[in-house]
Order: sequence, then structure tokens, then C-alpha cells
Amino acid sequence: MQLIRCPWCGPREETEFHPGGPATVPYPADPAALSDADWARFVFVRPNPKGPSREWWAHSAGCRRWFAAERDTRTHRFTGPMTAGAP
Amino acid sequence: MTPTTTPQHFSGLGAHLPEHPEHLWRNPEPKRSYDVVIVGGGGHGLATAHYLARNHGITNVAVLEKGWLAGGNMARNTTLIRSNYLWDESAGIYEHALELWEGLEEDLGYPILFSQRGVLNLAHTEQDVRDSVCRVEANRLNGVDAEWLGPDEVAKVCPIVNVSSDIRYPVQGATFQPRAGIAKHDYVAWGFARRADQAGIDLLQHCEVTGFTTDGDRVTGLRTTRGDIACGTVALCAAGHTSVLLDQLGIAAPLQSHPLQALVSELLEPVHPTIVMSNAVHVYVSQAHKGELVMGAGIDAATGYGQRGSFSIIERQMAAAVELFPVFARAHLLRSWAGVVDVTPDASPIIGRTPYDNVVLNCGWGTGGFKATPGLGWCLAHTIAHGEPHPLVAPFGLDRFTTGALVDEHGAAAVAH
Ligand SMILES: Cc1cc2nc3c(=O)[nH]c(=O)nc-3n(C[C@H](O)[C@H](O)[C@H](O)COP(=O)(O)OP(=O)(O)OC[C@H]3O[C@@H](n4cnc5c(N)ncnc54)[C@H](O)[C@@H]3O)c2cc1C
Ligand SMILES: [Zn+2]
Repeated sequence: MQLIRCPWCGPREETEFHPGGPATVPYPADPAALSDADWARFVFVRPNPKGPSREWWAHSAGCRRWFAAERDTRTHRFTGPMTAGAP
Repeated sequence: MTPTTTPQHFSGLGAHLPEHPEHLWRNPEPKRSYDVVIVGGGGHGLATAHYLARNHGITNVAVLEKGWLAGGNMARNTTLIRSNYLWDESAGIYEHALELWEGLEEDLGYPILFSQRGVLNLAHTEQDVRDSVCRVEANRLNGVDAEWLGPDEVAKVCPIVNVSSDIRYPVQGATFQPRAGIAKHDYVAWGFARRADQAGIDLLQHCEVTGFTTDGDRVTGLRTTRGDIACGTVALCAAGHTSVLLDQLGIAAPLQSHPLQALVSELLEPVHPTIVMSNAVHVYVSQAHKGELVMGAGIDAATGYGQRGSFSIIERQMAAAVELFPVFARAHLLRSWAGVVDVTPDASPIIGRTPYDNVVLNCGWGTGGFKATPGLGWCLAHTIAHGEPHPLVAPFGLDRFTTGALVDEHGAAAVAH
């Protein structure tokens, strides 16, 4: 069982957590100006890197708070600091 | 120390090893240029190569594989073959594939152990029952064999399923597709590879594509670990690693690569005559020809290219399996493994054109592309030969995410595998 370090609670079992996808997709600054292709990209396309990945995680069965983390998708190891709030 | 052992040293052991069997394909040196270069030597790449030669007479073709032939998801899947998907577009391509499976052994001249033992997709809730009956009707309208069975009839098809009402997720019934089945995945890959090789197509192993050279809206060549190769048309069949290639081409596609696990038990005598899938409790089971129970579950929630998944998924899957099949309680797990599957937002594949004129894309089959192997190969070969998507794959273009014409096979079609 992999241990994941929640910034508030410390290391806990992975089953307490929920991945929230890449933390690098900002909401469009001017939504009215978006073309269909831009919307498709915002709604559907996410980075899918093989290597370091900046992601949202939720400690859903613990303190229920979100944090941003860096994880290497080749090894599934958490590699960077966990930061509360914004990525 | 230099090895001095000669075969005579072993003769005393009485081991008379048979002659090494004929190789099924050559291991050629790469040529400098091909009319068609297929990236990825899994089931889809090999089937596409076969049908390029067989249906279109196109044989100046190379299949580039970074590892050994068919060592990716083709070597790791649980071989479920069925066509009972909900939507017309899906029924079209999967039923085409199933019809090809039914004649594939003859076409390839190679045994593939295709066994049409039927699939039960269990329903556990009232909503499951409504969705399942709806899917049976949709299947029939599309000419796909499908029946709705009550719990007693489920027990007749598969006596070891627990259909009592006092379990956590009681079986309320199931859809049944009698023509569904399993095949021997390695033999399928080898059969396609052998035929493609016989037609003169080069299967290049340990040949990883590391980059592309482009000229305007054309890809002119591929950089590989075995040198540069010039190309006419490029077909990407890299499954879980497609995003890595598309990033190099600057093409944005809605793919996420997740670990998907499966496992087998020790060998048992025949106890399980069909295939049972349950989406609600996340397990599916068949019994392979040799006797091992083959079980799969869902993907890990997080993305990952590591070819290993979380133990908690296996734990949950085993709990579900033992509740549905009490006789499995004392079976031992022999081994488990994982592949990397490329999942799309609507759980349907992405096939067809790209922003590059001479690059065609085949990806996004996620947890369920083995069953499509011959059908996809047939249609992708046609797409390459005619420069136009085959009608059966036309609905699956990358542009559907912009037009909104998604083919949403989530849940409703019992979509896993
Ligand atoms: C555990 C598991 C169970 C499954 N069960 C089922 C099932 O029951 N039924 C079903 O229908 N489907 C199932 N699937 C899905 C199915 O295996 C895939 O959808 C299908 O195999 C994908 O097509 P493929 O065979 O061409 O992929 P692969 O065999 O993965 O082929 C892709 C190839 O591309 C190569 N490649 C990648 N990048 C490069 C590069 N840069 N250069 C050169 N080569 C490259 C890879 O090494 C790989 O060999 C399962 C998958 C898994 C992992
Ligand atoms: Zn916490």
C-alpha cells in the first residue's frame, strides 16, 4: 500500500485519497471569446505526461481538503512538495 | 570463465530437446524508407499490417515496435471478445470485428483458440435492469445477438454464480450474448505477425520512435533507436503511449493513460463455462483453456505509465469475485500484472485523421480494444489505402470532441473490457 503525505495530516494510506487530475488547467480568462476548438481543449484535453506531473489530490477519507502535488507517472512516486491551496 | 558446456554434457539427463521450431517471422534490418510506417507492434499495428497486404496489396510497410512484438497490452489483456455495446456506432465496429473473429483462424492459417462461450453482463439494481433491457433491444436492432435472462436462467448458463437474494449485490438478471468469447491473445498476435511477414512486411522490434521530422503539414520521417526512417503514411498504434508521440507532434488529444490490472488463479478443473462481467461490483471472470481463472477489474483512478497498479483494486475485485462465486474462496492467486491503457472522455476510441496530412491515428481503446483487433485492422488499413476513414470508423474522429458528437459508451454499455 502506497503512503501519501497529506500536508495537514501527514502520511496516510493511498485509499484515503482521490486524484483530481492535472493542476495546470486554468479556467478560461475570457470564456465568451472561446471558439468551439478552444472549448473542446478546455473541457476534454488534459496533459498526459510520462514523467513529472503536477496534480490535484484530495484527502477525501481524511481531512477532506485539497492540495497540489508533484508525482512521477513512470514510478507513481510523489516527488515534490505538497502545497495546500493553489498549485 | 568461458562456457565450455556442450550438448553432450546434458545427454546423460535423457533430455532430447526437440529442434527449435521455425521462426514465425524474420528479424530484418530497417530499410531507409517505407510507403507505410506503423508505430506500435501490438495487436492493432499487426492486424493493420496484415489487412494492408491482404485487402489492398500494400506491402512496402514496416511495423516499428519499441519492445518485443506484442509485449504491451496485447500480452496483458484478458481476451474478452463481445459486441453488445449500446450505440449504433459501437455496434458497427465491434460486430464487424466479431464477424472477422469467427473466420480468423482460417484467414490466418494459425490456431487462435477462439471459443464462443458467451458473456453474461450482470444487473444488480433496478437501474441496471432497465439499462440492460434497453441495451438488449438496441443490440437486436443492430443485428447483435442478445438476450435478457432472469436470475434462474443466469444460474442455468453459469451454475456457479450465486443468485441468492441475500448477498450485498444480488443478481437481478443479466444480458447474455452467446457469440461472445475468448481467444489466445499471443497466438492472435503471432498469427497476424506471421501473415504480415510472409507478405514481405518488415516487423522491426526494439525500434522505438523517438521523434519526427516534418515539412509543413506532412511528417517526412521518423527518428528511431535503429536510425532514421522516411515514410509515406504514418499510422500511430501506440495504445497507452500515444500521448508521448502526439506531444512530439504538437497534437492535442483527450487521452489519459491509466494502469489496468488483471490476475489469474492456479490451474483448476473446468468449473466456469462462460464469461461473467459485473460492472457494479467491478469484476469479470472467465476460465482460460489451461484452467486458470482470469479476472480483471477497473483502472487505477490516478494516471500512470508504470505497468503496475494499486493493491487495493485487487483486494476489492477479489471480495466481489468471492461473493459472486463462493466456490472461488479457496483458490490461490497465481500472478497479477498491469498494462497502460489510454482512456478517452466518452470511453470510445479515437480513429482517423490528424492535423498532419499523412498521419492517421488509432488510440483511446482504453480497457477494451483487444476485441476490436481484426475489425480495427481492417478499417485502419482501408483508411490508409484510400486516404479516407472507413465508414465504420468515421464516427470516431478526433473532431467529435469539438462538434460534440460523442459516442458515450460509459456505464450504459457495460463498458469495461
Ligand atoms: C489488464 C488488461 C486487460 C484487458 N482486457 C481486455 C479484454 O478483456 N478485452 C478487450 O477487448 N480489451 C482488453 N484490454 C485492452 C486491450 O489490451 C487494448 O485495448 C489493446 O491491446 C490495444 O491495442 P494494441 O494491442 O495495439 O496495444 P499494445 O499491445 O499496447 O500495442 C502498442 C504497442 O506500441 C508500442 N509503442 C509505444 N510507443 C512506441 C514508440 N514510441 N515506438 C515504437 N513502439 C511504441 C508499445 O511497446 C506496444 O507494444 C485489456 C488491457 C489490459 C491492460
Ligand atoms: Zn488530510
